[in-house]
Amino acid sequence: MEPILEIRHLSIYFTQYERGVRQRQLPVIRDLSLRILPGQITAVVGAGGSGKSLLAHGILGILPYNAHMDGTILYNGRLLTQKRAEKLRGREISLIPQGVNYLDPLMKVGAQVRKGRKEEGIREKCRRALERYGLEKETEELYPFELSGGMARRVLIASAVTESPRLIIADEPTPGLDAKAAARILGHFRELADGGAGMLFITHDLELALTIADRVVVFYAGETIEDAAADDFRGASGLRHPFTKALWNAMPEHGFVPLSGAQPYPGTVERGCPFADQCGQCRPECRETEQIPLREMNGGMVRCLCPGDQNGKEGASG
Amino acid sequence: MKHRLQFTAKKLIRMALLLLGVSLVTFLLMCASPLDPLQTNVGQVALGSMSPEQVEQLEAYWGVDTPPAERYIGWLSGVLHGDFGTSLLYRQPVLAIIGQRLAGSVLLLLSAWVISGVLGMVLGVTAGTFRGRWPDRLIRGYCLLISSTPAFWLAILLLLIFAVWLGWFPVGLSVPAGMEAASVTLGDRVYHAALPALTLSITGVANIALHTREKMIDVMESDYILFARARGESTGSVVLRHGLRNVALPGITLQFASISEIIGGSVLVEQVFSYPGLGQAAVTAGLGSDLPLLLGITVITSAIVFAGNLIADLLYGAVDPKIRRRAAGK
Repeated sequence: MEPILEIRHLSIYFTQYERGVRQRQLPVIRDLSLRILPGQITAVVGAGGSGKSLLAHGILGILPYNAHMDGTILYNGRLLTQKRAEKLRGREISLIPQGVNYLDPLMKVGAQVRKGRKEEGIREKCRRALERYGLEKETEELYPFELSGGMARRVLIASAVTESPRLIIADEPTPGLDAKAAARILGHFRELADGGAGMLFITHDLELALTIADRVVVFYAGETIEDAAADDFRGASGLRHPFTKALWNAMPEHGFVPLSGAQPYPGTVERGCPFADQCGQCRPECRETEQIPLREMNGGMVRCLCPGDQNGKEGASG
Repeated sequence: MKHRLQFTAKKLIRMALLLLGVSLVTFLLMCASPLDPLQTNVGQVALGSMSPEQVEQLEAYWGVDTPPAERYIGWLSGVLHGDFGTSLLYRQPVLAIIGQRLAGSVLLLLSAWVISGVLGMVLGVTAGTFRGRWPDRLIRGYCLLISSTPAFWLAILLLLIFAVWLGWFPVGLSVPAGMEAASVTLGDRVYHAALPALTLSITGVANIALHTREKMIDVMESDYILFARARGESTGSVVLRHGLRNVALPGITLQFASISEIIGGSVLVEQVFSYPGLGQAAVTAGLGSDLPLLLGITVITSAIVFAGNLIADLLYGAVDPKIRRRAAGK
């Protein structure tokens, strides 16, 4: 099956000024690759501040003015240029953002879901989308501040699916919701994917991701360090990278083993493996290689020189 | 509705207290003024040739021998009865003079207010939308240049260029000299108000444009603008539908707050253009120790500025859905 979205070696940089005059390119995402097939949910899991949202903005072509992108993004097998992204976003590619802040505080919900379009049938379409998520007609006349947290999120989802998109990017759509509400939202996502859409699900919550994702891409300090099938997470031995194993071990039902140390900020690691300081099996060459290559392993990808050397528990204790 | 009335009543009480304070401060400043009303208005030579009785009469007229507290209380009780007193210089009721002068200034003030507001808003929104690009640099450069230019200096410059060298506009006054009041047309008035209004607008624009630009940048960097773009809205739609809407609220505050700056600026600008408006009357009253007139002008202009802010607050309630819905809910 042809992937809906294929990202090859994507890097996103911020232009920064050092001491006022010297320009510096700060890499926030380095060498990211992933594919999304129709009907598939791919989760991108990483800690806050690791540049996950920028991935979404990069695909949609809405990066801030001081950021730029390297690498290739293919949508439906064709290059996704800025121009093409502008044409497709909101129609074939849509974003489900984090929360109510993403709605214009001074505009009624209905007008926002309709996106200012006046064409025939848009009212009807918008109503149906809202109804699909249990929102009544009156919701259209409400302002964002009159919505509850759960309603706001359903409005955001409805707004994303009015045009029956082929690729949906959900950026942290559940924080602040209780488990039941979150499960309901995730249920909606599964439904959308089962309808044939591809979905990129960006989250910091591995446990949550595993409940619906087909594939999981693990993000560490701006790099993809592992690309695994959700099934690989049934045991630590199926996982490839020491960090993924540590994540697995940190989950409550797997022993709650914490990982000491902190993730370096994107751009602070000039060379070598960014996980080196926290890794229990770090070797000298891990710090000396310019950039650890991403390589195939057991039907997934891993960015490690000595993947799967030891079992998970020992890997996490470093 | 009850909520709105309460709000307005509170504001009005505050306004009364403010006006009382303003009049007191003005009065105290006049008392502390080193100018002797007799010497400035009658002249040293004329005073020397007068008999002591005549001088005494004049002192009584200018209120030199009355204790300050008594003078202030006398003025205040008059005002509470609706009588602002009689101008010492013009020998006419203060309210009549203010009425005349305000009628002269209103064209000038209003056009400067509208032009600077609309133009400032447009420039600010444009600069904020194209932040860092050439339209922004151009607009920001202009605003910073104008903000650091004194209004009276700009007035003299415009007077030199357009009135003296090019001769496009009159050098001063609000109507043609030597013409009967009845035969003065609206065209004549506009023609005479053009240069001073232009000066006031040019200086007023800078402040409004810079503030609007900051607000616009905040709006354009907000999450909802990002999401609007992600939904496929074009830049035009984003700016017109979401940008303007969200810049409108702070814009209202800015626009009405600028009334005080326009009135303040008019004092200097009217002086330069010999434009017989309220600002010029204030200068004359201040320098000529005409206490009732000066107090009257200060109180009335303060009331205008305060009314402007009150209107802004009330409009805010009509525009902001949060306030509107809450008021409707009660």
